[in-house]
Amino acid sequence: MLKSMHGGNIAIVGAAETDEVGVLPNTSVYELHANAAVRALADAGLTVADVDGFATTMPNALEVAHYLGIRPSWLDGTMVGGCSYMLHVRHAAAAIATGAASVVLITHGESGRSRVGMPPMVRNPSSPAGQFEQPFGALAPYASFTTPVMSFLESRGLTRRDMAEVVATQREWAIPNERAFRRKPITVDEILADKPLSYPFTKDMICVVTDGGGALVLVSAERAKDMNLAKPPVYLMGSGEATESPIVSQMDDLNSFGAFRRSSKDAFESAGMTPDDIDHAMFYDAFAHLPLYMLEDLGFVGRGESGAFYAEGHSRPGGRLPINTTGGGLSYTHSGMYGMFAIQESVRQLRGDAVVQVPNLKTSFVQGVGMMFAASGSLVLSNQAG
Amino acid sequence: MSAGPVPKPIPETKEFWEGTLRGELRIPRCSACDRLFFYPRAYCPFCSSDAIVWETASGDATLTSYVINHRPFPDFESSEPQIIALVTLAEGVRMMTNLRGVEPNPEALSLGMPLTVRFEPRGDQALPMFVPKEVK
Repeated sequence: MLKSMHGGNIAIVGAAETDEVGVLPNTSVYELHANAAVRALADAGLTVADVDGFATTMPNALEVAHYLGIRPSWLDGTMVGGCSYMLHVRHAAAAIATGAASVVLITHGESGRSRVGMPPMVRNPSSPAGQFEQPFGALAPYASFTTPVMSFLESRGLTRRDMAEVVATQREWAIPNERAFRRKPITVDEILADKPLSYPFTKDMICVVTDGGGALVLVSAERAKDMNLAKPPVYLMGSGEATESPIVSQMDDLNSFGAFRRSSKDAFESAGMTPDDIDHAMFYDAFAHLPLYMLEDLGFVGRGESGAFYAEGHSRPGGRLPINTTGGGLSYTHSGMYGMFAIQESVRQLRGDAVVQVPNLKTSFVQGVGMMFAASGSLVLSNQAG
Repeated sequence: MSAGPVPKPIPETKEFWEGTLRGELRIPRCSACDRLFFYPRAYCPFCSSDAIVWETASGDATLTSYVINHRPFPDFESSEPQIIALVTLAEGVRMMTNLRGVEPNPEALSLGMPLTVRFEPRGDQALPMFVPKEVK
């Protein structure tokens, strides 16, 4: 019987990060997947024998499934960069709602810093990027993902100081978190005084590069009721996904990302909610301009108001919309495809299980971005099914 | 000749890269819906027509956005900061490029500043770079 994939019918019943995140020179990308998978399954009181659906990005899904000893009857290898895991959650929910799978395991593992067991980075000089961006130096995210920023800031009446406010706000969340990579207290003026790495970005406006992983286990809410779970389930209320240009120079609009607008609109509509209903957010922050885009493109604030929102402290501890409460990609961890860590923190917050816990949460919005400004995945999660 | 990654044309981009070698900035236009588009494709991204014709752009553009990369990749054999720019051609399409003939300093760069194309050899190809219009 068909039922909705949204509205609390599907639940996250297992969630875990790897034992450690950070610098892990003795752990391969495969072991990072496996460590996260085993921990997330244990969190749900399950084993690999219970898993019939499997999703990941890299290494490819069948390779990781086999490493874990899983013989899946449902597989999703959607790879749109760091927000792929938001899409996996959405696809898994559709599969469970329609009966195509019953227990879906989603894993992320990436030796992004130590590069143990990682495939070599290969360039294709005939791809759109290989012909029309890489020859000009856009060979890494700090030199490509960043390129729309001057246009964005000018169009919104924002400045570099607004990006520094994002960094300083998130550092405040990271300071008490022993797993966070950057924990040194820092002020807006100190951030701005540092020499630019990719102007207008300084080092602290660019994410950390780490090793780590995370995994999620999804089942139907009905099944979750019978599972005798140690921690409360977290329900998928709504979701959305969207893509645009594979190369940043061909974004439809440099000043507002269409895929953010489209996927978040679908997520809010499918959840039957608006930004006013959201208590907590995880905004994928590979760079300090992204939370500013997201606040505005998702409709949490009006055009040009994102900088003031940060500067006035609304996203700091005690603020009305805590954002990136681990410190985010800028301070906590960023293995390369960070999206899994954003979902993990939303789940912890909704379970009342976070290192820096926000009190009285019911809802969390997870907004991902992938392959520079190419893809977007949005999730509305809640600790209440309806 | 500048060092760095060299683009490898495919059939649908061949005219663009043959154009840069001749000193022309060639842009595809769909003759069915009459719209210019970039990057070159075999089918129009607006109407899916394969009736693509090529036009030579004026070479005039304006600066739309940029970063100044202080840590260029080793491919470029230079530690000089790179201005990685997004420019909008007078004809309307946007492309990535590097700015030449201007200091890699935000004080020297203002959005909207007029630019013009200058072709620069790279391997067996030529890249469209842009310079401030007055220093042409």
